Amino acid sequence: MAERKLMTGNEAVAMAALDAGVLFASAYPGTPSTEILEVFSRQEGVYAEWAPNEKVALEAVVGASLGGVRSLAAMKHVGLNVAADPWFTLPYIGVSGGLVVANADDPGMHSSQNEQDNRYYAKAAKVPMLEPSDSQEAYDLTREAYRMSERYDTPVMLRLTTRVCHSRSLVERAAPERPARVPYAKDEVKRVMIPGHARLRHPIMVERLAEMEEHSNEFSFQRTERGAGDAVVITAGVAYQYVKEAFPGVSILKLAMTNPMPRGLISEFCEQFSDVYVVEELEPYMEETVASLGLYPKGKSGVPRVGELNVDNVRDAFPELAKATGSYTPSHPSHVEGLPARPPILCAGCPHRGIMYALARQKAIIAGDIGCYTLSVLPPLSAHDCQVCMGASVTMGHGLEKAMELELGESEEEERGTHMVVSVLGDSTFFHSGVTGLMEMAYNRGRYTVVILDNRTTAMTGFQDHPGTGMTLQGEPTVTVDIEMLARSLGIENVRVVDPYDLEQCSSVLSEEMNRDAPSVIISRRACVLREKTRREPYAISREECNDCGLCMRIACPALVKRGEEVTILADACTGCGVCAQVCRREAIKVG
Amino acid sequence: MSDQSDTVESGKATRSVVLAGVGGQGTILAANLLANALVAHGYDVKTSEVHGMAQRGGSVISMVRFGDVVASPLVPMGEADALLGTELLETLRNLEFLAAQGKVIASRTRVDPLPVLQGTSEYPTDAEERIISLWPDSIIVDAPAIAAEAGDARAANTVLLGILSLALPVGVDEWLAVIEKLVKAKAVEANRNAFLVGRELSENR
Repeated sequence: MAERKLMTGNEAVAMAALDAGVLFASAYPGTPSTEILEVFSRQEGVYAEWAPNEKVALEAVVGASLGGVRSLAAMKHVGLNVAADPWFTLPYIGVSGGLVVANADDPGMHSSQNEQDNRYYAKAAKVPMLEPSDSQEAYDLTREAYRMSERYDTPVMLRLTTRVCHSRSLVERAAPERPARVPYAKDEVKRVMIPGHARLRHPIMVERLAEMEEHSNEFSFQRTERGAGDAVVITAGVAYQYVKEAFPGVSILKLAMTNPMPRGLISEFCEQFSDVYVVEELEPYMEETVASLGLYPKGKSGVPRVGELNVDNVRDAFPELAKATGSYTPSHPSHVEGLPARPPILCAGCPHRGIMYALARQKAIIAGDIGCYTLSVLPPLSAHDCQVCMGASVTMGHGLEKAMELELGESEEEERGTHMVVSVLGDSTFFHSGVTGLMEMAYNRGRYTVVILDNRTTAMTGFQDHPGTGMTLQGEPTVTVDIEMLARSLGIENVRVVDPYDLEQCSSVLSEEMNRDAPSVIISRRACVLREKTRREPYAISREECNDCGLCMRIACPALVKRGEEVTILADACTGCGVCAQVCRREAIKVG
Repeated sequence: MSDQSDTVESGKATRSVVLAGVGGQGTILAANLLANALVAHGYDVKTSEVHGMAQRGGSVISMVRFGDVVASPLVPMGEADALLGTELLETLRNLEFLAAQGKVIASRTRVDPLPVLQGTSEYPTDAEERIISLWPDSIIVDAPAIAAEAGDARAANTVLLGILSLALPVGVDEWLAVIEKLVKAKAVEANRNAFLVGRELSENR
């Protein structure tokens, strides 16, 4: 037997892509999908790159497939929103080399702004979808996905969830394939989607869907498990694992291919049972199909539609099934009452702290974005007013500012200034989807301020390079986007650079630019302290000068602790950024 | 379509360890060491871990489950055989995972969360007594100090693994081989010593 190795689901997908002969992979980092590309990129003989965003990644992958090699795009659930444009037309043009999109949903929103169920994307685009329930299946189904992609001339969605991506289990790899390059042949009727061509392609997709449903009915990874009793549970993905423990010995129809749904298989297997249950995370996606077959399933009437599933809430969903299967619930008294919460916070020395503190004091509407700095929404900084998705800070700021102006009558000129708008986003987020927003601001004569927090990396997901770092994924030097020149070339004349450790500079530049009757960009530039691991002399509070006013606590630094009335600095945690010293009005905070 | 009528009943004999701490304390590596040691001994193993935003100083837990065939990567409430805590408040927070006959192995480490730093919430200073009164077999030590004596305070989690190791059938050689394989080369010696000191501590109790 080949060696079995512990792998996360993400590692298993990467190794399966390697073994499937994938040569090109592209992604934008996003929890919980990030490590797929990181692991793949470390393998010999393959090419991988960080794209500025998921749309770019998927389009490059489409090109690589047309170029005749197997290719992989990886992204988190909301990444597919960005890549939705190519996603829906790609099935029309089909593939040359096999093409798989590994897409990771985040039920429970461990590190996301929503918990959308991306299975509907597969259905809406008529794309086949495979859902692994552990790392071995993540490996096997990735391999299957490439075969399916080439057989049916379609992209395939590999739908993962956080608990598949970030759980480790044993994986045995299969023999590697080395598919030959598909020779390039011009075929514009198939690949140029003018309406006349697309009208020819769409019926082919519909026919293909019927063939793929037959495949789904016969697919060897669709499992039936016959147990005792009159009940059957239909499940897929990691929910299967919870069902196994919540209802031991129950009959199970475990699906691995969930688009097209195997309606024949479901009808045939389930008619042997009087009670049909569906256990799935998030939306009643499978339940809708099962219900359409007249099987009257019990699903979301018991299983939570929000948040993540686990053995406990699956067991609680159907008490009668738990009783029938002799499921045992141990007592587990909670001891959490009265315990202080531990929310994530900006690190000690984080360069976002100084600028966000200065910004919060400007009393502007702060349109925020997605990155570590979003944590500044929490008190005491409270430095975010709104946030939707990657890059939206710039464009929401634009609309906010225009709306403020529209509201303003000629005679109320003095009210302007109480509704000033500032947009804030990180460097990686700016390159991802802030650039077009900046174009909007310049072109449509916005008069607000965009602050770009340039910490020289994609920090939240674990320090990936991007077009502004001057390094490729492989750590090789490349061109660096010059944000100042980019902003100027878009027509924004007022571009300033500040050091976020210098509060006075931050405040005065913010105030100047916000009061200017023109669009402006402020680049707050300092490398992420967690990545650079730079430490200066720690600061300390002089007891003689300190009057316990507590002003320094407003910067929410984890190196500052208040015991009773007295504030002290934890020397081990302090990185010597000096922001607290600048906040202090009595000069009580000094080095050493 | 495959028919698995003779599927091995999973879940019954599954044992679990929950590792609780604060983002940045290295619970993912500790869980990975434990998981690989259990694989080396021949178990089926599944783990679960937390990445991303939660890691920025927030509460984090990792889970390790092992047995003949493990189904869920998540530990059901009240079913963990051991709770390995790298910080006391987080240990207290996750007690509901622990089985009645389980035990806590924790470090006497205190990392104040923001509400405590800000002075708006109290750190439960009686955490240790509360744990011992509920699970009297628990072992709570000053892991960073013990690790420092063994070579490097950063090997604190490995001291806890050493203590835990006596409750598992994995042999010392299997453990040390895994440490050598997974820990960065320059930290192997310190982690090896930390593990052995932890194991000895447990033996002497």
